[in-house]
Amino acid sequence: MRSLIFAVSVSVVGLGIAAPAQAAASGGGGLPQLDISTYSSQVIWLVITFIALYVMMNWVALPRIGEVLEERQNRIDDNLTKAEDLKTQAEAASNAYDASLAKARGQAFDAIREVKDKASAEANERQTQLTKRLSASIKDAEAGIATAKAEALSSIKEVAVDVARSAISKLTGEDANEASVSKAVSSALKDRA
Amino acid sequence: MANPIEQFNVYPLIEINLGGVDASFTNASALMVLTIASVSLFLTLGMRGRALVPGRWQSMAELSYEFIAGLLRDNVGSEGRRYFPFVFTLFMFILFANMLGLLPYSFTITSHIIVTMVLAMVVFIGVTAVGIIRHGFKFFSFFVPSGVPMAVMPLMIPIEIISYLSRPVSLSVRLFANMTAGHIMMKVFAGFVIPLGIFGGWAPLGVDVLLVGFEFLVAFLQAYVFTVLTCLYLNDAIHLH
Repeated sequence: MRSLIFAVSVSVVGLGIAAPAQAAASGGGGLPQLDISTYSSQVIWLVITFIALYVMMNWVALPRIGEVLEERQNRIDDNLTKAEDLKTQAEAASNAYDASLAKARGQAFDAIREVKDKASAEANERQTQLTKRLSASIKDAEAGIATAKAEALSSIKEVAVDVARSAISKLTGEDANEASVSKAVSSALKDRA
Repeated sequence: MANPIEQFNVYPLIEINLGGVDASFTNASALMVLTIASVSLFLTLGMRGRALVPGRWQSMAELSYEFIAGLLRDNVGSEGRRYFPFVFTLFMFILFANMLGLLPYSFTITSHIIVTMVLAMVVFIGVTAVGIIRHGFKFFSFFVPSGVPMAVMPLMIPIEIISYLSRPVSLSVRLFANMTAGHIMMKVFAGFVIPLGIFGGWAPLGVDVLLVGFEFLVAFLQAYVFTVLTCLYLNDAIHLH
């Protein structure tokens, strides 16, 4: 048993020493990059793989990416034009709205002015009519007052003559001459008036 | 401690031999296949909905598309549109290869100079071909700097040519070196976690966590740099200065 373990451990150690030695031997001591014997296979496989990659890129991968990028650019341009169009449309609509608003406002002003003018004309008309009627009735009333005044004044004279005659007769016991009394009253009234 | 360069070993999974040439399906090949499968799934599954208002995955797929399209538009202009599929493939391939390489036990295909060199040469030859096809012989006026006295031309023209020819070298070495150095550093610091943890507590692990985060940044940045430089070279070929 012990001898078996020993044998295994020796062989493991032996392998451990042998492996790096073998590797160093295959490397030829110097840089593996300078080992000319590997060049032919490297060049052949490099050419094969590089050409394969070129074919893959040129005919499959790049056109696909280019397509997607172009499509995206087109889409963006398209959307920008659309947005531009919509913006113009919106501006046109806004302008039309402003114009119609201004028009409506003008119409409203006109209508208001018309109504105002009409109303003020009517008011003036009524005012003048009223003034006319009032002045007419004032004139009538003034005329009435004048007649009444004249009447009153004339009746005052008669009354004054009567009062004066009766006063004279009572005071003097003589009948006063009507004509002279009337004359005296008239002059007195004239003085008062 | 494991050998920090072991992670770069290429070993065959399926042995394939094409007329004497080794074409084995290796762990590197597996990661390449995984890379293109991931990119394809990411983009096709992400775009499956084709939604007008994108979801999370679709947003990311569209983002990657628009990121590269914008990069190409800014650096090359409208003429660059034709090369978009190639540039996009290049970016996604490198990005996903770098990112998948950060998964534990996986393999970073862009940490191999041969892979980055092939990618850089494809860009270099392709861009030069585009320039010659577009401008014909006039393309070579690219090496004649304008506004330089004739006397220094014999000096300037070789410099211009050398700088042009060194493009694929700098392009490939930059990516390869960044990925290799980053992964070696992560591995070395990971090796420190246990031995130094005895003295430093959690600090070595913390450093490794920071390094992993930093490597994610590098993975993206190197894919981006590779792509931007490709765009700039393309711009030079199309517009000649």
